[in-house]
Amino acid sequence: MQFKKKYYLLSWVVIIVLIKVSVVKVTAQTASAEFKQYKELIPGTSVSFELAPVPGGEFLMGSPATEVGRKDDEGPQHKVKIEPFWMGSHEVSWDEFEIFVYREIEKQSMNASSMNKTSTADAVSRPSPPYLDMTFGMGKNGFPAINMTQFAALTYCKWLTAKTGHFYRLPTEAEWEYACRAGATTAYAFGDDKSNLDDYAWSYNNSQAGTKKVGSKKPNAWGLYDMHGNVAEWTLDQYNPEYYAQFTKGAATNPWLKPTKLYAHALRGGSWDDDPAALRSAARQFSKPVWKQRDPQIPKSQWWFTDAPFIGFRIVRPLKQPSPEEIAKYWAEPIKDFGG
Amino acid sequence: MSNKEQNYSPSGFTRRDFVKGSAALVGGALVSQLPFVGAYAAGSDTLKIAVVGCGGRGTGAAIQALSTKESVKLVAMADAFRDRLDDSYNNISQKFENDKKRVDVPEKNKFTGFDGYKKAIALADVVILTTPPGFRPLHFEEAVRQGKHVFLEKPVATDAPGVRQVLAAAEEAKKKNLKVVMGLQRRYQNAYLETIKRLNDGAIGDIVGAQAYWHNAGVWVRPRQAGQTEMEYQMRNWYYFNWLCGDHINEQHIHNIDVVNWVKNGYPVSAQGMGGRQVRNGIDHGEIYDHHFVEFTYADGTILNSQCRHIPNTMNRVEETFSGSKGRATLSGDGKGIITDLKGNVIYNYRGKDDPNPYQTEHDILFAAIRDNKPYNNAEIAAKSTMSAIMGRMATYSGQVIKWEDALNSDMSLMPKAFAWDAETPTKPDAEGRYPIPTPGITKVI
Repeated sequence: MQFKKKYYLLSWVVIIVLIKVSVVKVTAQTASAEFKQYKELIPGTSVSFELAPVPGGEFLMGSPATEVGRKDDEGPQHKVKIEPFWMGSHEVSWDEFEIFVYREIEKQSMNASSMNKTSTADAVSRPSPPYLDMTFGMGKNGFPAINMTQFAALTYCKWLTAKTGHFYRLPTEAEWEYACRAGATTAYAFGDDKSNLDDYAWSYNNSQAGTKKVGSKKPNAWGLYDMHGNVAEWTLDQYNPEYYAQFTKGAATNPWLKPTKLYAHALRGGSWDDDPAALRSAARQFSKPVWKQRDPQIPKSQWWFTDAPFIGFRIVRPLKQPSPEEIAKYWAEPIKDFGG
Repeated sequence: MSNKEQNYSPSGFTRRDFVKGSAALVGGALVSQLPFVGAYAAGSDTLKIAVVGCGGRGTGAAIQALSTKESVKLVAMADAFRDRLDDSYNNISQKFENDKKRVDVPEKNKFTGFDGYKKAIALADVVILTTPPGFRPLHFEEAVRQGKHVFLEKPVATDAPGVRQVLAAAEEAKKKNLKVVMGLQRRYQNAYLETIKRLNDGAIGDIVGAQAYWHNAGVWVRPRQAGQTEMEYQMRNWYYFNWLCGDHINEQHIHNIDVVNWVKNGYPVSAQGMGGRQVRNGIDHGEIYDHHFVEFTYADGTILNSQCRHIPNTMNRVEETFSGSKGRATLSGDGKGIITDLKGNVIYNYRGKDDPNPYQTEHDILFAAIRDNKPYNNAEIAAKSTMSAIMGRMATYSGQVIKWEDALNSDMSLMPKAFAWDAETPTKPDAEGRYPIPTPGITKVI
């Protein structure tokens, strides 16, 4: 007993030192020398994820009218300026997401010292236990988390921010497309020829009707895997097919259409369930009420779809961390869903 | 919604076919006999809807009925409990806050207690029956007696006398040309319709065996509250009492059993099986099992292995598979419809990402059938698939081989003798608050 108490005390000291170090690190990371790939451990667990640096810059968002498979909502093409950020090298997997979904998994995976620590993360609301098997039998360890609402994905970011002290959120549509292109102006990050798509992406043509382990294809030039395909990824934006029309003069800086309505939110990248054209860098998708068709309750779940096993997400972290007040503006309040 | 959704119907007919079909009937004897259709066909009337059973499913079904293209409005609501009715009314009102004329339920049209259904039914043209299944026979019988069209949620009974009551009311509804659409929504889902059409066309040869699964973590629990009578407690926590729910093999797994009945174009002639409650055995878990495994035999000797489990942290699976002389097929409610040859090569893979919502389609069908006066009544299917599931439960509870005729003709009623908050319940708790659990080898089921 005596030994254990000392051990607790010691671990507290270690934790406090670690927290101080990490705070210093956050400040220092604004220097470009620190802006590199890193691994984040979800505190108190053995689960970690990788982030790749995405340098700031300017790009042409949307697709030209000549692009094969293009839809009207991808234009007009317009210049966009983006601030630097880190982006998850991979789509968020069930390994990470389940720690958030199931408090008991979090408790099991945490060591004694971190369990005693009350965290601001505990104040973040958690998803209701899902009614269906949310993997749809497609695999869990290393496979992308799927079927969560945009609210659930964003609340995961809020929880992760509280746990790590680093501001994680969903990417805006603009950030997502910029990162996907990784400097390319072609239909896909690797060029225009969709016959090369199998090297980089899981689509309906090669997925055998299911998600695949994240990172099992080639990454893009900035080290990001599965930007094309596997799961379509949530963005921070409300979907508006005519949103680009306003950006005709000069470059838009960090555009973000903040959602005010539940439907539709914008998704990017296409999925294992889509044909190649939907996986293009500029292709836009949007959420639909029918994705909750098998949710028998009214109002429907804020956290889960029942029929969207093709959507997931990845996270970003802005290089320049905003103030807590600024960060709070990114989090969303749930909107009741009375069905479509 | 896309045009495809609007025009969709389960038999492969489009809405236009419905219209053509009804045109053929005009002038025939049928139309003039109808109490209601004449007025509606004139185009001036709005169809009045009542919902009986205002839980999550009733609320969802009411919203779907109100979301059809027809001129409809909700005029009456009934539920045993006022708080459930109020929640439902508030949710429906919020859903239609921009289309307020669709929800017109004044205070005097909100009915509670055990008898409210009669008054709500009287005010409507179309009735949505979505209470716990034990009440369905009573409510369906009354709706048909009053000459109303019905959306009949599954399952439609919890015991054999209830099934027979529904079968009799279904016949009566046919005579009165009432439209009845039952809520086994896979019957209206494109993935099923398209895949089963291929099975019927011989895509896997003769079907010789089937598996049906409903494995998941289970459902809500509503713990006993101070001051509740035993009747109120059972009504609130209804999932765990057989007279109300019929056990989860009936309440949920019926979907999967029904798919096999559909493909076999018949109902099992006998059943034997096993089951129990290994994990779901808490103080608020009433009397039902948490797992059943039933071997159903069809007239041609085909065996359906039917398994359902409500246990957290175990394999999840909700689907149906078929083995044929030339191949295999797998279907599920998430839109899967896969046919392979005997070596596992995929020969058909249904793709329906933007398919209509079958829960909406079933209401579109009901209201289109009413508008066009096209016969539609599949209550008998719902009753017999309910009977199949109940026969499975009889097998697992008793450990005996149960034959269809014996099961269907059983006079064993699970229902209370009277409906009142202080009335005697069919099962009663012991001093610790626990209920007798069905025990194979001992429990009598017929």
